[in-house]
Amino acid sequence: MSTATAEHGHEGQGHDAHGHHEPQNFFLKYFWSTDHKIIGMQYLFTGLAMAVVGGFAVYAFRMQLAFPGMSVPGWGRVTATDYNALVTTHGSVMIFWVAMPVLIAALGNYLIPLMIGCDDMVFPRLNRLSYQLFLLSIVVLFMSFYAQGGGFGGAWTSYPPLAAKAEYNLTPAGAPLWLLAVALEFAAFLLGGINFVTTVMNSRAPGMKMFDIPMVIWMIIIASIMFMASVGPLVAGAVMLFFDQTLGTGFFDPNQGGDPVLWQHLFWFFGHPEVYVVLLPAMGIVAEVVTTFARKKLFAYKTVLYTAVGTGVLGFFVWAHHQFIAGIDPRMANIFSVTTLLISIPVAEMCFVYIATLYGGSIRLTTPMLWALAFIGEFLIGGVTGIFLGASGADIYFHDTYFVIAHFHYTFFPIAFIAVFAAMTYWFPKMFGRYMNEAWGKVHFWGTIIPFNFIFIPLFLLGARGDHRRIYDYTHFPDLMKPGMQDLRILATLALVTLLAFQLVFVVNFFLSMFRGKKAEANPWKANTLEWVAPSPPPHGNFPEGLPNVYRGPYEFSHPDRQEDYWPQNVAS
Amino acid sequence: MEAVVTNPVPERRKPVVPSAVLGTLIFVIAEVMFFAGLISAHTISRAGSLPGLWPMPGQPTLPAEATALNTVLLLLSGAVLFFGYRLWKKQSPVAHWVTLAAWGLGAAFVALQGVEWVALLSQGLTLRSSPLGSFFYLIVGGHAVHALAALVAMFWAWMQMARGQLTSGFFFGVQTFWYFVVLMWPVIYARVYF
Repeated sequence: MSTATAEHGHEGQGHDAHGHHEPQNFFLKYFWSTDHKIIGMQYLFTGLAMAVVGGFAVYAFRMQLAFPGMSVPGWGRVTATDYNALVTTHGSVMIFWVAMPVLIAALGNYLIPLMIGCDDMVFPRLNRLSYQLFLLSIVVLFMSFYAQGGGFGGAWTSYPPLAAKAEYNLTPAGAPLWLLAVALEFAAFLLGGINFVTTVMNSRAPGMKMFDIPMVIWMIIIASIMFMASVGPLVAGAVMLFFDQTLGTGFFDPNQGGDPVLWQHLFWFFGHPEVYVVLLPAMGIVAEVVTTFARKKLFAYKTVLYTAVGTGVLGFFVWAHHQFIAGIDPRMANIFSVTTLLISIPVAEMCFVYIATLYGGSIRLTTPMLWALAFIGEFLIGGVTGIFLGASGADIYFHDTYFVIAHFHYTFFPIAFIAVFAAMTYWFPKMFGRYMNEAWGKVHFWGTIIPFNFIFIPLFLLGARGDHRRIYDYTHFPDLMKPGMQDLRILATLALVTLLAFQLVFVVNFFLSMFRGKKAEANPWKANTLEWVAPSPPPHGNFPEGLPNVYRGPYEFSHPDRQEDYWPQNVAS
Repeated sequence: MEAVVTNPVPERRKPVVPSAVLGTLIFVIAEVMFFAGLISAHTISRAGSLPGLWPMPGQPTLPAEATALNTVLLLLSGAVLFFGYRLWKKQSPVAHWVTLAAWGLGAAFVALQGVEWVALLSQGLTLRSSPLGSFFYLIVGGHAVHALAALVAMFWAWMQMARGQLTSGFFFGVQTFWYFVVLMWPVIYARVYF
């Protein structure tokens, strides 16, 4: 626009430097590549592998809760120390090493250049470094499992003094290594986020205006900005905690003039926006899938966008609702109650928009569509139960009970698994050039959704009866062993085992379809966005017939003037 | 019937902000939030400390007056770097000497801070001696790490400039980061030293 821009403008197209010839060597192609699709796949497969770790951890400790003292097949007897480490591993792995890499890094890397119509990220080598740091963080995390004293057991929130003092947590090496792993992971996502925002701002296809950007891309961008704005204070807190653990400072130790609640503020200032960081991309996936399979324009594109921005802003002012009983000022609790209840409005608005999009559409119940619909339904349960916890009066009763656990799993499971399955089944033909098997996809869908509800509805009931979390063996607590309570725990655990078993269907379907599935054309779902212009799978450089131009928004389905019911963004007329 | 509407071929996009600058800016925002976290933690701890314990009795107070000189040097360095950039844009032959002067001022700041640390350490203010000491070394040390990294990048930019190979994107990125280091410091100085 200005002359200064033109002068420095060449940087925007600067990725020609890495050329358009694919490296032939297997190692260079799959491990040292700067291609955004390969890096996206690396993140995807690493994230899914970590889901196995997180899933195994939950299996082991849920078996202990249902059948205290039993020798768990595949683990052995779960000791109290094991239990703490398993819970911590489950929480931190599922959030930091599954939800974040899959939703933000894998989908962001894979989809952004394809959906905005360019050949690669703006900083491809930074992108490669991002994945390498992420991999390093996993190595450090695994080191912490085998360190002296075992893996860290202070929960994913890592509250001091438990997390700060080795004489309390009994993991002198596990705790700092865990913290280091989390910090490395954040550095990786910081590099990724810089790439995402810069690429979308500067490399969009000609003609793609702000309101022509597909919703999932907007959501990943807003989420990245939220992540980068919120992660600083947590890194600051992590450095302080690391010093407390290793150098003997007393930032969080009252004996040395520190303040343990300070960590909670620094942690949740990141931790709560983090919820929206993973929610927004999931919402974006659902927008893409719902419009494509309802064959209808997104009901209110700008409403979704503005509510997402509103969620992003408001998300920074709700964090202290995690601390209502941590000794914060009650006046502060009132303010945070209000903001917390307020934030349900934009999130509910998004769900309403998706339901309105479905209304009157020609709905096709393919596997991705089933997942997207399930997301809306299940996430709403999570959102509505959040109202109880956001109100500080009710939260005093519910705090640290299984009600909280059930609530956030009703939000996080739809985000990290239901929406991800929607995305993987929807973009699978693009990624691998073959269809996934629909029948097995539906078996997997029902085999996941039904047990999921059978895990967490019992936990809601338990929580409403005051069942306290962070207890390793309930047989020592007669108040929590009243008739029926243990039965609900056993029901939840059996449902969990069923859910985990049905994931095998997905894994088998995924890998069989990758090699044996029906060949997919470039645009198998008759969708409008630019990634469907590229061949399936897209080659290095994405668009062999030249980068596309954009003439309209991403959701022009069933246009009255058109014979076909879709109108791709790149078609001139 | 299909309505035939032929849209004109859109123009190629010209980035409003060059990618190198935008990338550095986003990074700087994250860094500002990092220091905001540290400084607010310091403020909260200080406000919550028992009366008479900040600073701890028997421990040195921070040399606010002496550090004013360092602050001026650093601010000057930022201004000189901007001047150097203006000269470089006009392709002035002295541009790289001005940039080197900015680098020298920045390096002097870091060196003087190091001298200050040695003095404070010898007077008994250590990382573990008191919350004031912990926060002082953490925040000022965090700033120093950023300053050192920026100095390395700036020196690299100077070498490229002297050879006439400096790209505008890289220089923009280096400048953005150095201005962040320069402008972060007065905030730290005001919050931590007084």
